[in-house]
Amino acid sequence: MGYRRRRVLPGFGISLGYALTYLGLIVLLPLAALAWKASALAPDGWLQLLSAPRTLAALKLSFGGALLAALFNAGAGLLVTWVLVRYRFPGRRLLDALVDLPFALPTAVAGIALTAIYAPNGWIGQYLSALGIKIAYTPAGVLVAMIFVGFPYVVRTLQPVLETLDRDVEEAAESLGATRLQTFLRVIAPTLVPTLLTGFALALARAVGEYGSVIFIAGNIPVRSEIAPLLIVQKLEQFDYAGAAALGTVMLGFSLLLLVVIALLQRWSGRWAERAA
Amino acid sequence: MSAPPMVRPLSWRHRLLRGALVALVMAFMAVLVLLPLAAVFVEALGKGAAAFRAALVQPETMSAIKLTLLVAVIAVPLNLVFGVAAAWAMTRFQFRGKALLGAFIDLPFSVSPVVAGLVYVLLFGAQGWFGPWLSDHGITIIFAVPGLVLATVFVTLPFVARELIALMQAQGSEEEEAARTLGASGWQMFFRVTLPNIRWALLYGVLLCNARAMGEFGAVSVVSGHIRGLTTTMPLEVEMRYNEYDYMGAFAVASLLGLLALLTLVVKVLLEWRYGDELAARGH
Amino acid sequence: MTLELSRLHRRYAGFAALDDVSLRIEPGEFLALLGPSGSGKTTLLRILAGLDYPDSGSVRQNDRDLLAVDARQRKVGLVFQHYALFRHLTVAENVAFGLRIRPRKSRPGRAEINERVQRLLKRVQLEDLGKRYTSQLSGGQRQRVALARALAVEPDLLLLDEPFGALDAQVRVALRRWLRNLHEELGLTSVFVTHDQEEALELADRVAVMNRGRIEQIGTPEAIYQQPATPFVCEFIGKNNRIPLQRANGVLTGGQRQLGADPWPGNAVGAAIGYVRPEHLQVSSAPSADGWAAQLRHIYLAGGVAHLELDVPALGQVLEADMSSDEVAQRGLQPGQSLGVQPRLITAFPLGAQGEADAAARHVLQPQAAL
Repeated sequence: MGYRRRRVLPGFGISLGYALTYLGLIVLLPLAALAWKASALAPDGWLQLLSAPRTLAALKLSFGGALLAALFNAGAGLLVTWVLVRYRFPGRRLLDALVDLPFALPTAVAGIALTAIYAPNGWIGQYLSALGIKIAYTPAGVLVAMIFVGFPYVVRTLQPVLETLDRDVEEAAESLGATRLQTFLRVIAPTLVPTLLTGFALALARAVGEYGSVIFIAGNIPVRSEIAPLLIVQKLEQFDYAGAAALGTVMLGFSLLLLVVIALLQRWSGRWAERAA
Repeated sequence: MSAPPMVRPLSWRHRLLRGALVALVMAFMAVLVLLPLAAVFVEALGKGAAAFRAALVQPETMSAIKLTLLVAVIAVPLNLVFGVAAAWAMTRFQFRGKALLGAFIDLPFSVSPVVAGLVYVLLFGAQGWFGPWLSDHGITIIFAVPGLVLATVFVTLPFVARELIALMQAQGSEEEEAARTLGASGWQMFFRVTLPNIRWALLYGVLLCNARAMGEFGAVSVVSGHIRGLTTTMPLEVEMRYNEYDYMGAFAVASLLGLLALLTLVVKVLLEWRYGDELAARGH
Repeated sequence: MTLELSRLHRRYAGFAALDDVSLRIEPGEFLALLGPSGSGKTTLLRILAGLDYPDSGSVRQNDRDLLAVDARQRKVGLVFQHYALFRHLTVAENVAFGLRIRPRKSRPGRAEINERVQRLLKRVQLEDLGKRYTSQLSGGQRQRVALARALAVEPDLLLLDEPFGALDAQVRVALRRWLRNLHEELGLTSVFVTHDQEEALELADRVAVMNRGRIEQIGTPEAIYQQPATPFVCEFIGKNNRIPLQRANGVLTGGQRQLGADPWPGNAVGAAIGYVRPEHLQVSSAPSADGWAAQLRHIYLAGGVAHLELDVPALGQVLEADMSSDEVAQRGLQPGQSLGVQPRLITAFPLGAQGEADAAARHVLQPQAAL
């Protein structure tokens, strides 16, 4: 006698149904609208849009800047995480809590604050401009803002891994005669690589699409210091919906690509953790 | 967990290196994080407490605050219910496409806020999919409060869900199964067993969701229309004053948001400290 | 209240957790499901509890289709392997849970619930711990809370999933005795799952030995031990010496000694496998016609029993024989001595062409002592 399997716990239908409906209405339907509107642009329209100097410059600034910022964050983040996890010093807990500030601070607030600091007459900017270095209203300002927003991603991704790193392996290496540097490079660093890459990718994803923190410090001059999201906003204001949609699709495509990469990285680092265990 | 830290005598060179690194990191964090935070408050109070008060008491500030609160009060509970439903489905049942569902839940995190606002304009704007239908029925979504709510819901969707999924996955379903064998109905099981076990993670998720909801700028800016007094939230108000060169006014409103950020951080640290093992996911 | 499980099948991705399992559970009996991990015993238990469903097969309780009944209505008490106590409730609240959630009509009054809870706590010897939280209890105490909680709803069937698995050896033994007494007191039909054969053989009225989703043998502990029905049961229960045998010309031989007539006349020549328990190996001062020459390698003394490790060149393997420590002392046995060893009871199975044993053709030989 056959018997149809039933679900043991109740509520499957209602919970999945609600979640899917909600998700479909809030996320999937609007994204479909994006794809639809973007498809309204003919292929040569796409070509025209993407090869326009303004678009290219905006994409270069957003992607290139995000890349540089994420690279910087990877290095700085590693250092900060190392110090936070490995060393004991007064104010460590405060420092740890501060790492989350860029997460918690609204982007517009961060934007005007960063501008106040790095403008030519700003807190730090005034000394830098005396040396001939300009940050605010130039691509360098964009970089600073992107570093600010992406920083916590690297630290918070690395921290749990560094905290649970098995010290036995390090001690074994040292007992075999390795110096601290050798131990770091040969034993610790390899296990951190997948996680560092994940943090890097997360910081990158955040910085590419960043808007609020950047537009105040950026200068926003077309072709010179205009980020891609701002270009989308400009196109909307000029009722170039197809163009805005197309550009939005490009950014969305990149976001999705990064999502996949991050998922793969997390699987890789998961497997690494099993091997190391 | 890792073994206890090695205790061994450090050479003076070692100590010097450590000290230098600590100092470097502290200086870096001071410049990167502390300075901007300080700048918000210093610039706000720069012209004295009286000017600060005056900037805040303006009617635009009041309506911006009210609108921000309204949007949060609608968006956060909506995402709370979604988070609970999604976590229940994902962690208590086996079904195909789970990974895909998880990816869709994470999607708003990786999308630029401007794109988030854009998609709603394309859906409900005058030229959007439903544009004509909406205007025929006299409903406005874009450039009105509903649009703000939708955009905020989109951007803050994953917060509660992710916290709960991580925790409920780690906790397992044994207690709920035990409740069933003891005769509990679905709702009895949910309110007497499930909810008490996830309450701190729920609070944590709501906290993060709320902080983002109140502080959201990019997505809201696109759908808002910047109509002073009607569709201007606090972050938008900051931008508008800044663009009008009312720097002190901008920082005054920004300082309120800064206070919110600090409060969020304090509660976050408190929750992590007291209920760390009931939160599953630590610090992000 | 008889439970009839019939032809249950359950597959998980790729492997069979239950492979055509049929079982009848008598009212009031204490049944053990014994087997290694992956044998399907926990799956069977969860199906009884309503926390899992078979792919095919039926479970009937007094002619009622139990599979059609939701876990909530089955009146089954389940004690989970890791207790599954409600961590945010006190001990007393945990035990009272099943009573508090009853619909208003059938719910006892608050005073009565409290009284019942106290009675149960007393029975599991935790009466002073009612206000504690479960995280403040030891493993053994938590186990008893879980049991009290399951008993509070007065189930028809009590299921225990590896009840003592996570406990220290001493606690385990004490709780074992206590559980047996409780069962005798309550007379509740109980099924418990374990991988510990000592536990199963000591506690249960009947033991079902399971392996790879099948029931190898069901019987009383004595029957399982004295008359193992399959090679798996021979090897899993107690200690057993495994001896390769040969069949030729109507005679069964092992290690070039004739052990008896070939019990399976069908195929003239073939192989077989024989199992001899250590207590059924007789050790003599010299080799005899019905046994093998052996050299005593080592003597392990375990209290009153001595385990002798004997090297048998004819078989090319080491056999283990048991005798009382007194006898070892009396006979002055020492490692290095040359002795003889004779099997007195052999459980034998013929082997097929690919070396698989035929459990149905099991035969027990009792080679007589040479007079």
